[in-house]
Amino acid sequence: MSELIAIRGVRHAYRTKAGPLPVLDGLDLSVAEGGFAAVVGPSGCGKSTLTKLIAGLMKPDEGEVWLHGEPVRGPRATVGMAFQNPVMLEWRTILQNVMLPLEIVPTRLSRSEQQERARYLLALVGLEGFEDKRPSELSGGMRQRASLCRALVHQPEVLILDEPFGALDAFTREDLWQTLHDVKEAEPFTGVLITHDLRESIFLADQVVVLSGRPAHTQYVLDVGLSGPRDLEHLYTPGATAMLHDLRHQIEIAQGRAPEEPAAPSAA
Amino acid sequence: MTDLSAPDAAPVARPVWLKRLTSRAVVAPLAAVVVFLALWEALVRINNWPNYVMASPSDLPAAYARYWQLFLVMGWQTLWRTVVGLVLAVVVGIAIGMVMGFSRTMRDALYPLLVGFNAIPKATVVPIVALLFVGMHDFNTVLIAFMISFFPIAVSVSIGLSTLEPEYRDILRSLGASRTAIFWKIALPKTLPEFFGALKVAVTLAFIGTNLMEIVSPHGRGLGALFDSAKTNSDYPLMFAVLIALAALGILLYYVVVALEKTFAGWAERDHH
Ligand SMILES: Nc1ncnc2c1ncn2[C@@H]1O[C@H](COP(=O)(O)OP(=O)(O)OP(=O)(O)O)[C@@H](O)[C@H]1O
Ligand SMILES: [Mg+2]
Repeated sequence: MSELIAIRGVRHAYRTKAGPLPVLDGLDLSVAEGGFAAVVGPSGCGKSTLTKLIAGLMKPDEGEVWLHGEPVRGPRATVGMAFQNPVMLEWRTILQNVMLPLEIVPTRLSRSEQQERARYLLALVGLEGFEDKRPSELSGGMRQRASLCRALVHQPEVLILDEPFGALDAFTREDLWQTLHDVKEAEPFTGVLITHDLRESIFLADQVVVLSGRPAHTQYVLDVGLSGPRDLEHLYTPGATAMLHDLRHQIEIAQGRAPEEPAAPSAA
Repeated sequence: MTDLSAPDAAPVARPVWLKRLTSRAVVAPLAAVVVFLALWEALVRINNWPNYVMASPSDLPAAYARYWQLFLVMGWQTLWRTVVGLVLAVVVGIAIGMVMGFSRTMRDALYPLLVGFNAIPKATVVPIVALLFVGMHDFNTVLIAFMISFFPIAVSVSIGLSTLEPEYRDILRSLGASRTAIFWKIALPKTLPEFFGALKVAVTLAFIGTNLMEIVSPHGRGLGALFDSAKTNSDYPLMFAVLIALAALGILLYYVVVALEKTFAGWAERDHH
């Protein structure tokens, strides 16, 4: 499979009142077509910034971001994005919010087919019956799920999820992992998932990228492979446990809480 | 059991309009008005004030009965000029607000100018405008109504647009949407609650502007002019009758704006518990 997302030596700094704040410094990432990369790292290290670079919402100061072998020059309609802060347009119903991308992205679907698709996705994430509610009537976790539907509605080629399940209880979260798997089977996409949940990362992704503390560089890449745990039961197998240990250790290094030396036995 | 449910089971089917008219939203303010008028009447009677100190509510019906045609004609004059001035203020206010909301440079450049302009008491501008465009009474009045009321609209729109959280913009921007699409689908609707808040202030201001001009202009028309001529003729009950008519018209205009707000920005209303 060919490489779909390629990031090489990206450096980026925010210009703040107190001077430039370097956020990314030497970041590399490569995701094959149909692949799914999870990105983990300490809070505030630059993960959300990375998603904005891939989506073309920002340009890096240095380095390159490529999609499909083309440098990213700006946002494109083939990207679906669920933001860390799942803002909904309060003046629209949940259904209308989910359908919003279809008003921008050219689509062959008729109006009623668009509605049908949005309803189908809402049902998948367990929001059946909330289609005509206003966002203010939903809980934070429900809004996150609706925002996931909005990211998926136009069948994006690249799906970027920034901590999409952060506000959910553990059980709903595990249900949605399974749902996301099923969606990917039915409508293949190339994914980037930002998460703080290591179990989530090895359950959903085929590679886990650990970023160092700010300014972030790619510190470690764990190849979960296609044999990764694709069933909740598999999260409790020795293989999965070894991966979690490995990642745990890398996170501690990233946080500066562990010496870099004793290289943990890689599970890959 | 059957007895208890009897009143419900045999619904008298009160029509919707009747229900509305007897709802708290209508009865409470009406009651407040009645209490207010009663207190006013009592105040005048207890103090035994003559008419030239303060007319009492019971003097007003006579004034309305005698001059009702004048009230209709003049009320209409005041109303349409206020509305035209306000519409102008909305158009120009939104335009200025958009320019200042989208461009930081323009915001920095125009803000002091606008604030200074707004700080000038309009009572001082009225005679200047009256002299500047002598004889163009309609134009003068609309102009003052406009000048006095566009400021809050411009400020609210510019603040609404410039404080739009980037998260909102990014939803559409990440799909490659154009600036116009972002404006129509996100920025504009998001700003509507602020806009209507300002419009409620502006409508009262425009009304005051219209009346200022009507009172000051030598051959003015409208309720303001009616007030002025009542003053000249020492017709005190008529003066008070005009004030009450002005208040009624002001309330009408205000609630038209409230109705528009409910229609277009009703989503911003939260149920308070
Ligand atoms: N628009 C901005 N202007 C200035 N600084 C910013 C901006 N956005 C983010 N930052 C800073 O950049 C750093 C990285 O932010 P980012 O949101 O990418 O972190 P993150 O890894 O997503 O964190 P979290 O895990 O808490 O979501 C933070 O220190 C933040 O303060
Ligand atoms: Mg983040």
